[in-house]
Amino acid sequence: MADSVFNHVVRAPEDPILGVTVAYNKDTSPNKLNLGVGAYRTEEGKPLVLSVVRQAEQSLVNDPSRVKEYLPIIGLAEFNKLSAKLICGADSPAIQENRVTTVQCLSGTGSLRVGGEFLARHYHERTIYIPQPTWGNHPKVFTLAGLSVKYYRYYDPGTRGLDFQGLLEDLGSAPSGAVVLLHACAHNPTGVDPTVEQWEQIRQLMRSKQLLPFFDSAYQGFASGSLDADAQSVRMFVADGGECLVAQSYAKNMGLYGERVGALSIVCKTSDVAGKVESQLKLVIRPMYSNPPLHGASIVATILRDNQICLPHICRDMYNEWTIELKAMADRIISMRHQLFEALKTRGTPGDWSHIIKQIGMFTFTGLNSEQVAFMRQEYHIYMTSDGRISMAGLSSRTVPHLADAIHAAVTRAS
Amino acid sequence: MAAAVRAGVSGRILGRGSAVGARSMSSWWRSVEPAPKDPILGVTEAFLADPSPDKVNVGVGAYRDDNGKPVVLECVREAERRIAGNQNMEYLPMGGSVKMVEETLKLAYGEDSEFIKDKRIAAVQALSGTGACRLFADFQKRFSPDSQIYIPVPTWANHHNIWRDAHVPQRTYHYYHPESKGLDFAALMDDVKNAPNGSFFLLHACAHNPTGVDPSEDQWREISYQIKVKGHFPFFDMAYQGFASGDPERDAKAIRIFLEDGHAIGIAQSYAKNMGLYGQRVGCLSVLCEDEKQAIAVKSQLQQLARPMYSNPPVHGALVVSTILGDPELKSLWLKEVKVMADRIIGMRTALRENLEKLGSPLSWKHITEQIGMFCYSGMTPEQVDQLTKEYHIYLTRNGRISMAGVTTGNVGYLANAINEVTKSS
Repeated sequence: MADSVFNHVVRAPEDPILGVTVAYNKDTSPNKLNLGVGAYRTEEGKPLVLSVVRQAEQSLVNDPSRVKEYLPIIGLAEFNKLSAKLICGADSPAIQENRVTTVQCLSGTGSLRVGGEFLARHYHERTIYIPQPTWGNHPKVFTLAGLSVKYYRYYDPGTRGLDFQGLLEDLGSAPSGAVVLLHACAHNPTGVDPTVEQWEQIRQLMRSKQLLPFFDSAYQGFASGSLDADAQSVRMFVADGGECLVAQSYAKNMGLYGERVGALSIVCKTSDVAGKVESQLKLVIRPMYSNPPLHGASIVATILRDNQICLPHICRDMYNEWTIELKAMADRIISMRHQLFEALKTRGTPGDWSHIIKQIGMFTFTGLNSEQVAFMRQEYHIYMTSDGRISMAGLSSRTVPHLADAIHAAVTRAS
Repeated sequence: MAAAVRAGVSGRILGRGSAVGARSMSSWWRSVEPAPKDPILGVTEAFLADPSPDKVNVGVGAYRDDNGKPVVLECVREAERRIAGNQNMEYLPMGGSVKMVEETLKLAYGEDSEFIKDKRIAAVQALSGTGACRLFADFQKRFSPDSQIYIPVPTWANHHNIWRDAHVPQRTYHYYHPESKGLDFAALMDDVKNAPNGSFFLLHACAHNPTGVDPSEDQWREISYQIKVKGHFPFFDMAYQGFASGDPERDAKAIRIFLEDGHAIGIAQSYAKNMGLYGQRVGCLSVLCEDEKQAIAVKSQLQQLARPMYSNPPVHGALVVSTILGDPELKSLWLKEVKVMADRIIGMRTALRENLEKLGSPLSWKHITEQIGMFCYSGMTPEQVDQLTKEYHIYLTRNGRISMAGVTTGNVGYLANAINEVTKSS
């Protein structure tokens, strides 16, 4: 055989986040604990398929009239409309005025990538500001999309909270028109969100500098348990009449991880512009994968559309059942936060661990350094990303003590 | 266009209104031009909008049964019944479903392929054929940055978009011979010989889209030989395995020839047509490497390209495929159903040709039965196509490509008559 033209290709490093699960799977210890990738687990440590999702799945399978034709390039129309309503609010003027174009994409990642490519082609500013730190995949997504990535201060390791001054300074000195990535809620990896008042300040600053907001909404409903509360930051920006982009994911809040269901919405000034923008989004999508996958979006549409007007105590529609299951997941995670905090308090673990209950969403930025993380992996078979991020969704009442022991040991013995 | 955007923006900055609200701000997108409609998918849109009861859609390449209805294969329905309620929806690995990929490689490389045994194939699940081609194009750009891709004329229009968006320079090679409505073999071989050594060539493994014209086995051997001499990289787009002749092994013949001849190939496979999984977006990209170590390296790099595009591929369609191919009974059912689809299309080719000949058309229509797969390159001009659409409500792409899957015993007579009417004076 002739020499391969790819002789020179070297093996890429493991993805830092997904690589954690790879390492976990190799571990033979019975006490191992995977707090790496952000996928929800039940108290029993099992993946969860929501009951409404199972119902929707059954109804799809049992419907003999369903076919598997290609979706349009921008995906399932009903799904798109319902997704826009979910994030913007059903009564949003932007929607009523047809100023929002929504395209189905492959979960949050796909929505970010398509949005990024659109911006690289059609927007005058090629720089996107992303928070420090952020989800590990963000810089790669935007770089490959053709944008250049800069950072704005976000996390304050001293307080384990928001570096609000730093954020305002950095956004304030960004060039006019620059794109700014905002985590709509439940910041990944830190779990640190701005307050409503801080969001308002951010909004004013951004609008005064014509900075273009690009929201990543991966946890709507999953953070606080309320779909509306978790969408508040996005809705503030939409309500002021300005433009923005929003990437939505149904991976966590509907447990549809592997089905890759998401949506990109671009809120425009006029419906005419929204129409033109939509046509250009198609040109980004077609050479990437032609049209999006059918299954997951059909499940979401089945659930979201089943939304009757409810009488008190009488609400059996799928949408309502979904909100109940969603709140249960959010509540379990909040409960894990409290249990871990209490366990560390009980052990007298040195340091202030209140950030565990102040942070929100699936992840806690523990503040552990990489030596401590490595120690916990080696001695306690606990797996997390090297930045000290733990997925609270991977914890249970049964495993909290083990984790607390490990943190205690790491903090007192390994620094 | 960039200048127009900048001009629009500078106007805004000079005339800045309220500092806090955004209502005075104009749209950033004012100067975004409306994009042209996709030539292929736009045909179906127009068809759907047409109220005529006689309308016929021979545009997009999705299979229809003899009643003109989309088909969900029985093996697929059964697989879905087994899957529903039984599987969680966790993320697949970045490279997709291992089981699905394994079964898919067997189809392309052969059940007992030594390359599979020796683990020399870097393979990942991809978003159908489009996604597989795009991943490969991105990979080609990153690891052979000075290379270019040779694309046949004509080809599926989206091929050009894919390699363009991957920023890989494109060249074309001769393929279709309009006079004979067959293969322009001599010119093709010249192009292969004249391309700089080590060029990348895009080859349609079977059932060329849009022409339906495939090289013969002997011609494939000569192409393979010449490509080897020149050290070119052969990349196969195989979107119709099983769908062309009815026999997946037979449809993989070109690929097998190249493998025998020792090429290190790449393949994009799709289950859109042969399993009717169109909207599920299931496919596979594979790259044959020198050894297992290189295959691991290449696969890891393919994953690095997938991660910032969609993280990991969709699970449902992959489960359907692996359920079917992993179960001997279901696999056997699938093979039967693929043959039924292929046979119906072959039958429609015969019927269309016979109808045209019976109508006394002055032109030769033998290419209808000589071409293979879903599409027939009729040889009609764009003007004739427009006339077909306006006067007869028949929808097809303006290159004269007829999707035979849209032809039925119910409409073949009408279609033949219309074609005859618009072409008889040419």
